[in-house]
Amino acid sequence: MAVKILTEHINVPGINTFDVYRKMGGYAAVEKALKKMTPEEIVEEVKKSGVRGRGGAGFPMGMKWSFLAKPEGVPRYLVCNADESEPGTFKDHFLMREIPHLLIEGMIVSSFALGANKSFIYVRGELMYVIQILEKAIAEAKAAGFLGKNILGSSYDLELVVQPGGGAYICGEETALLESLEGKRGNPRNKPPFPAVKGLYQSPTVVNNVESIANTPWIVNNGGDAYASLGVGRSTGTKLISASGHINKPGVYEIPLGITVEDFIYADEWCGGIRPGHHLKAVIAGGSSVPILPANLILNLANGDKRLMTYESLSDGGFATGTMLGSGGFIAMDETSCVVRNTWTFARFYHHESCGQCSPCREGTGWMDKVLERIEHGKGNMHDIDLLVDVAKKIEGNTICPLGDAAAWPVASAIRHFRDEFEWHVKHPQEATQPGAVYRGAMELV
Amino acid sequence: MTDTTTPITFTPERLAKAQEIIARYPAGKQKSALLPLLHLAQEQYGWVSSDVMDYVAGLLSILPIEVYEVASFYTMFHLDPVGKHVIEYCRTGPCCLMGGEDVYGHLKQKLGIDTGETTPDGKFTLKEVECLAACGWGPVFQIREKYYMNLTNGKVDEIIEELSKD
Repeated sequence: MAVKILTEHINVPGINTFDVYRKMGGYAAVEKALKKMTPEEIVEEVKKSGVRGRGGAGFPMGMKWSFLAKPEGVPRYLVCNADESEPGTFKDHFLMREIPHLLIEGMIVSSFALGANKSFIYVRGELMYVIQILEKAIAEAKAAGFLGKNILGSSYDLELVVQPGGGAYICGEETALLESLEGKRGNPRNKPPFPAVKGLYQSPTVVNNVESIANTPWIVNNGGDAYASLGVGRSTGTKLISASGHINKPGVYEIPLGITVEDFIYADEWCGGIRPGHHLKAVIAGGSSVPILPANLILNLANGDKRLMTYESLSDGGFATGTMLGSGGFIAMDETSCVVRNTWTFARFYHHESCGQCSPCREGTGWMDKVLERIEHGKGNMHDIDLLVDVAKKIEGNTICPLGDAAAWPVASAIRHFRDEFEWHVKHPQEATQPGAVYRGAMELV
Repeated sequence: MTDTTTPITFTPERLAKAQEIIARYPAGKQKSALLPLLHLAQEQYGWVSSDVMDYVAGLLSILPIEVYEVASFYTMFHLDPVGKHVIEYCRTGPCCLMGGEDVYGHLKQKLGIDTGETTPDGKFTLKEVECLAACGWGPVFQIREKYYMNLTNGKVDEIIEELSKD
């Protein structure tokens, strides 16, 4: 059995309560951190672990922590990004709902390591029921002396605040999140200055994803080297994958980084294969923003080797033949799926979620939404396909935050790999607009 | 609908809750309480009218425009009156792959309204929203804080019939 860092006890009855969580060894990391370690030692262990940001960007967490400025007399903040909104991604939702104390414990050791005395968990507002679960967990931890003043008799004080969002994908971008936490519209900030220097209330701030923070208790307990020994190369540890779409067992899986994509899709331990009687057509491996790949390319690299569930292997081949691990939002599509329609729903999503600050994104996402809508509804022309590629190119890299790129990549990659299907919609509008009509051309299914 | 004859004010419980929320943030940073207070206001009134926004601005000692610009940015806040039960259904890719469009079509037919509309009896409002972070359990809709997952036409019927009773 593979090592489970986050979900080992997730099925234990009552694990959402303090008592059961504690009985299963919970909060041991807080005791160890506060009694036996210095903040610097914890940062060092996290650096050694090689754990990378689990929200999607994959930036080394320890390095992010080490950038935190520490001017005298200025408060520092840790903010947990629980604004999970990337289509295809629901792992943080699952983790917070099932085992809330893991995040609370991670917040305590991480806040101690960073020297923060007030830390925030920014949860997307739609998950109000999860906010209630977290607030209950915080109250339990506080009653047991793990939060508040002089935690476990030490000189360390910490208060945790759970903040609801208001329904805006853009607030998952860390500077938009900080704006939102300050009670403003979620418009991303220009960088520099980076949050590590001027973040929440213009103070040094670290923003980390739920899953990233949830890894820290294990790292404190077992050491960074033990964490780094799991996984493959620079993809250390485990990763929560949100699996959705046409698989037999949708859900959240904690995988050791390094298993093959094929195993992940077909093994009974994970997704259990494509639903009966159907075949895999395409996969979006890391949330809606990452390039879509046809079945043969998600399972195998361009050189024929098996593709692995790691940051490096999934991006092997660049955007020509690869994709990204992203947030781990793994969407499997069988032959009944229409790539044009799916691309359109994503384009509509980005159009809806663009904050409107940068013209290429505000205007470009609207163009892509409208052009895709007309192709999908049999009103497109051949020039539209190139127009989409052109608009995507003009958004990419030309915006303050990565939402522009996130909107461009799905469209560009869908046309790169499924151009036939777009052309079929243009050439056969009547056929393509029949209910449930899907292109069944020369595409390779697995 | 907001009763315009009585002045806007939080119930005593909500007012106490609002004060507790405001005290969470560092001194002078009370504007951080804006989103939580708007949620609290919507919970009480069902939607966020300009009178409600003015009231929240007063509680936080900020300008009304600072509330308007925020309330209009975040899609969870209803700036117009809504029905008793607001059904917010996810229209994004993964829910569509799981047959969401058929289920939502059935839902619209059952209620006799389209997205953005309210039933004549004021019981249901339909609202189309983007990804609710429940893709593996789709199709999904949300009514207040409750998630309804793995929806089928049959399940939709049961939910609507249950909610129609009160």
